[in-house]
Parts: sequence; C-alpha cells; structure tokens
Amino acid sequence: MTTPSVTRPKPDFQSQVNDVKQKTVSLHISSSPHIRHGESVQEIMLWVIAALIPSLIASVIFFGFRALFLTCVSVITAVVTEWLISRLLKKPSSTGDFSAVVTGILLAYNVSPLLPWWMVAIGSVFAIDVAKMAFGGLGGNFINPALAGRAFLMASYPAAMTCWKATGFGSVSGIDGITSATPLAYFKSGFSEGSIPISELQGALGNLFIGNVGGCIGETSVIALLIGAMILWFKKIIGFRIPFFYIGTVFFLFWIFNGSGNVFSSEALTIPLYQVLSGGLMLGALFMATDMVTSPITPKGKIIFALGCGILTFVIRKFGGYPEGVSYSILLMNLFVPHIERYTKPRIYGEVKKRD
Amino acid sequence: MSLKTFFGGIHPKYAKEQTAASPIEILSAPETVVVPMQQHIGAPAVPTVKKGDEVLVGQVIGEATQPISAPVHSPVSGTVVAVTDRPHINGRSVLSVVIENDGQNKWVELETHPDPVQLDRDAIINKIRAAGIVGMGGAGFPTAAKLRPPKDAVIDYLIINGAECEPYLTADHRLMLERTEDLLIGILILKKILNAKRCYIGIEENKPDAIIAVKTAIKENHYDKIKLVILRAKYPQGGEKQLIDAITGRNVPSGGLPMDCGCVVQNVGTTIAVRDAIIDGLPLYQRVVTVTGPAVGSPKNLLVRTGTPMKHLLEACQTDMEATKKVIMGGPMMGLAQTHTDVPVIKSTSGILAYNKTTPGIREYPCINCGRCIQACPVNLVPSRLAKFIEREKIDEAVEWNLMDCIECGSCTFICPSKINLVHFIKLGKFHIQAKRAAAASKKQ
Repeated sequence: MTTPSVTRPKPDFQSQVNDVKQKTVSLHISSSPHIRHGESVQEIMLWVIAALIPSLIASVIFFGFRALFLTCVSVITAVVTEWLISRLLKKPSSTGDFSAVVTGILLAYNVSPLLPWWMVAIGSVFAIDVAKMAFGGLGGNFINPALAGRAFLMASYPAAMTCWKATGFGSVSGIDGITSATPLAYFKSGFSEGSIPISELQGALGNLFIGNVGGCIGETSVIALLIGAMILWFKKIIGFRIPFFYIGTVFFLFWIFNGSGNVFSSEALTIPLYQVLSGGLMLGALFMATDMVTSPITPKGKIIFALGCGILTFVIRKFGGYPEGVSYSILLMNLFVPHIERYTKPRIYGEVKKRD
Repeated sequence: MSLKTFFGGIHPKYAKEQTAASPIEILSAPETVVVPMQQHIGAPAVPTVKKGDEVLVGQVIGEATQPISAPVHSPVSGTVVAVTDRPHINGRSVLSVVIENDGQNKWVELETHPDPVQLDRDAIINKIRAAGIVGMGGAGFPTAAKLRPPKDAVIDYLIINGAECEPYLTADHRLMLERTEDLLIGILILKKILNAKRCYIGIEENKPDAIIAVKTAIKENHYDKIKLVILRAKYPQGGEKQLIDAITGRNVPSGGLPMDCGCVVQNVGTTIAVRDAIIDGLPLYQRVVTVTGPAVGSPKNLLVRTGTPMKHLLEACQTDMEATKKVIMGGPMMGLAQTHTDVPVIKSTSGILAYNKTTPGIREYPCINCGRCIQACPVNLVPSRLAKFIEREKIDEAVEWNLMDCIECGSCTFICPSKINLVHFIKLGKFHIQAKRAAAASKKQ
C-alpha cells in the first residue's frame, strides 16, 4: 500500500507516548502463523528408530547377540562423536535430535556381523565426522552418512568387510549351506556358468524373505524391513515413490535381461525376485535412499533419483566386479540431487507456459 | 459423495466450538472512536472533516480520490476531536479521525431502494463505492473496483466465499445463519452487476447448520440460479484461488486476477454489506468480529462499529487482561500480532484472539528436506528452497522458483517439523522485490 504524499497536520506523538505509557500490558509479537503442528524432527527420528527395531530382532535371531553388540558400538560411537565435535566447534550439541542414533544403526546394518568392533567404531566416526558434521550437521550433508561410512570401510578393510557368517539355522536347501558367501556372491559366481539349477534359487526365496541367509546385519530379513517400512509409510515419513521406483526398476531390468531370452520362463520370473530379495536392496530402497536430507525434495525428482539408483544397481550387480551395487548406486545418485531438483521444479498453481 | 477441495493444505484444529453457536450480539459504541483513513487496499482516503466539526452516523469523513480506494464514514455521531496519526493494526501509524461519541446515534439521510431491480449496473456500482464497501474477508480490496472488470471480460462464475477456513473465526458462519435471506438477495444483486453465467456459494463441511440454512432458503425462495457447494474442511480453502480451484477446477494464471479465468469471488460479509448499501442505503460502518481465544472468559461474535478500540471488545468478553500475553487481529494462521489493545477495529477485522501464553515461533532444527512444506503448499511451491535462497540473499533465484506466487497462507510453516518460519522468509523476499521495483520505477521518473 503506497501512500501518496498528502499535506496533513503534524502527528501529536507526545499524547500517543503518554497513552502507551499508561498501558502496562506488554504483548508478545511474532510473525504469523501463530500455531504449529505438533510433529517435530525428534519425533520423526524416533519413529525411524522404532521402524528399524524389527530388523534388529531378526538379526539377533539369525546371527546372534554380536549383531546387537555391533549396533550398540556404532550408535554410541556416533552419538559421542557428534557431541564431541559440537563441543569443539563451540555449538550447542545436536545429539538431542536422535539423527546420530539413526546413522549409527544404519551403519551397523550395512556391515557383516563378523566385523571387528573397532572397525565399526571407525566407520561410525567417519560417517558422523566427515560425511555429516563437516558439512554443517543435520541437513547439511549431501551424501548418506551411513553409506559413506560403509564405503570408507570397504575401501579400508576389504577383506574383513567381505567375511560372512552362516545363520544358526542350517540344512535348508540352497544357499545357507555355504558359509563363506552371500546369496548375491553365490549367484554371481555360479549362476552365469549354469552350474546352479533354477529350482535351487526358487527354493531359496523363502529363506531370503525371512532372512535365513548370510549377509549384513540389517539387510537380510526382508519381512522385518517391510514391517518397519509399513510403520514409516503410515506415519508419512517415507513415501511410495522412491521404494516403488527403485525396487521396481531393479525387478524390471532383471526380468527383461534374465539371460534366458524369454520373459515368461521360470528364470525370467525367479531371477528378478531373487535379486530383489537379496543383498542390500530392500534395506537400501526402504531406509537409505529414502533418507530425507540426501534425496530430492521435489516429487518428480524422487522418481528420477529412484530410477537412477535402480539402473545403477542393476548395472553394477550384472556387469560390475562387485556382487552388490546398492551402496554405490545410492551414493552416486546423492551427488546428482541438486541437479535433479533444479530440473524438476513442481508445476505451480496457475502456471503460465512461457511462449518462447 | 466426495466433497470438492484443492490440492495441498493443512488441517489445524477448528477451535470454533466456543462461538459457532453464539448469536451475534451488538456492542454499544465506545466514548471515543478512532477511524483510520486506510481500512482497505489502495490509496488512503483523504479527510473531509477537521477538528471541531460535528458529524452524524454515516457521514463521509474521508473521501476516495483514486480509482483503487474507498471512502470512510463516521460510525458514530459526535464531534471531531482530532485528525492525526494514530496506531493501526498494521503496526504503523496511519492518519485517523478521532471522534467523541455524543451517544445520540443521529444518522444522515439514507437513500433506500427496496427494489434494486430498477437500478442499472453503473448506478449500483457507484452506490457500492459511495458506501465504502471493501472485502470483509480480511484483505479489504475495494469492492466497487472488483465489480468493474474490463469490458471484454466474460464472467462465468460468481463465487461467494462462505468457507471461513481460519481456526477460531465464526463471524461469517453466524451471518450465514442469521441473515440468510439478506445474503441471497446480495448474491442476486452481485450476479446482476457482473452478468455472471453461474453463481456458487461455497461452505465448508464443518458448518452443517449453515449449509442447511442456506440450502433451505434457496429452495424456499426458488433461487435456482444459486448453487450451494459443500467443501472439504481444510485450510486455506477460503483463499480466493483455492476456492476457484475447488469449485470450478480452473486455475488463476500466475500473476493474474480471478477475472482472467472468468471468476469473481466475494466474501459473505461483503455480500450482505452490498445488499444493505443498495436496499437500505447504509454505508459500511460496522461489522461482526469474533472475539475468542484461551484468555477470553466469555467468547462472542460481536457486531461492532469501525473505529472501536480492541480493548473495548476484549473487556466486553471478560478477557483476563492480566493473563493475556498475545493479541492477534485476525485468525491464528494469517493474523497480525498486536503491540497494544488501543488499536481500532477496521472494516476488514474478522476476529480478535487473546492468548494467555506466548505461541512458539522459534526455529528448532535446520531443514531436513522432508518435503512436508511442498505437500502442504496450496500453490505447489517449494517453501524450504525459497527460505534457503532468501536467507542467503539470493532473491533472484527465489523469484525463479516462483516466490511471487506465494499467497502467504502459512501452511508450510504450520507443518514444518523443524519449526522454521518459512513464510516469514518469503514475506521478506517479497518485500525486497517490491522495494527493488519501487526504486526502479522512481528512477524511471
């Protein structure tokens, strides 16, 4: 509202000042809106932790109490590291938002239950220190801290990171009879030469679903992960876009490139299912790629991000040197998030198309 | 039956139970009224009286000299004590006419027209302007200017806004219940002026008694041209653009006005004021204000004269002034916090809220990129990005991300789990842009 210049009598400020002085009520002022929804960052983090508990229980059942021990080491190290760094930087400690706890849990879920505890601690320090606090703490990191910690450990201690444990429940046909491999390593080594019959893969699907196979602490039990994901979905903490498009892309690509030349053969339907249930895909698609800070904020951006992760996971698993591709796929796509966001600005109400 | 609605939005608690069933009560005029010359969007009125003048109720005390402006009328009869700057609800001091009420309630002569069908379009619009009618939903845009679309504009829809989506406020709700017939007559007058093809009145589902009252009145009077639309209760359904989207499915083009997509929206209170101006010859000198909130002992819907200090209303509702920590003019989502309670009620004051504790407004955490602000935004903006740009003074990037399309409803800030005041940053960014444009415009001259 611009006021045109109008000659008007001088304001009598003194009487106004007197009026105001008589008032003894001092009122609080703030910018609107004056009400807020109850949910806070802490609440969101606590729900994520709750959703990760089923996987911890499954892991203890299949791998023993060492899984719990390593998870505790990781969490405690993460929280202490964050607290120490906050003190060093002379900032108020941010450990009260529980995000360090989430990072600690997810890092532990990404390593083998046989990993020495001090390696887990180092990985946790790296995840918090380098991947998160160096970039400004919560909200400032551009790559997933837990995955960054895992990548650091893979690069530093490759032998220890690929040492796997058999589950306590043996003698089901197929994979778990082998103590030194994970389902994906088994697949990569054997299946391409035709030395594993498809029926063996089919028999293993049930075990893959409940988690009776070797692998990292949090990644093996698909059903536990799904339970956790359903909790987060109802609380609107994860959406459907990233998990759906990520898992869907991996499934789709393994389905059409199944090697048998026929999309309706039993290989064509078993292999993608086997691939989706194995390794870190479920953990990655449901809990790591959906990390709010490092995934795109725009809805279309999330789809592109998920498609990219899916394609990269497929390529690494099928053609790459590693049997597992999820961590690197997500880390690589994290790097593209700012670009993805810039090109997927949502279409606003009343959008006027530019005419040139 | 699925109710009409728009995308985005939030669900704050209604908090209307205290006053939704309270009939409108008349509050007697105070001893002194302070009538600001700026009670609307546009150029302020120019005072036509000076100190010592005697005035009657309904007399023009400020005239409109620009197209986007509105005259101001005296709400009481008495003597002009001063024409000076006084505090205003917008936080600044505005030129106001201070009148001492003689308690006689003497009126000017009014020109009544029991049968408005006789009048032609321009005569009706001139009467609306002369009556000083402005949008009473809160914005205060001069109604006469809104009812004069360009000659080639075709108005397909006249939409009457009975949504009242802000929590606590029930003024429009009570008007729809108590002055239903007058509302419908006002709608017909507006429809005639605009030559609108169709006419809708939108009411949120949380006002079932108002819905029944309006539906019954339409049926009994055979006003088939007016269609009632029940809307899903969601904030900000009462926003002009969201209302148009929900009822007609059309979008107001970015940077444009509702008439660009063939629609005109008017608030329920404004519509009734139009009817009063044409049929009874009354200027706009009083309005219904909902006084409520945790610190108010006896919440009410009061019919008050413009220029009444807020304190007068709060005392009439047994507000515990000692315990009051915050007073808001308007609703809790878009209302303005006030510094003291002497500030007068104006034509666009829909409610006064008194809180007995301070409300949170402090950021607790950095942005975690959760995207809830996008889901809540009824314009589909990315408030988190806009706030980040403005914080780092990258205003031009913010404009690229559609900063100027924000309707400042506050939904993003309401839902943010980090409690960042996103809409405040957006307002700051818009302020910078407007300052820049004003500086560029004055340089050209």
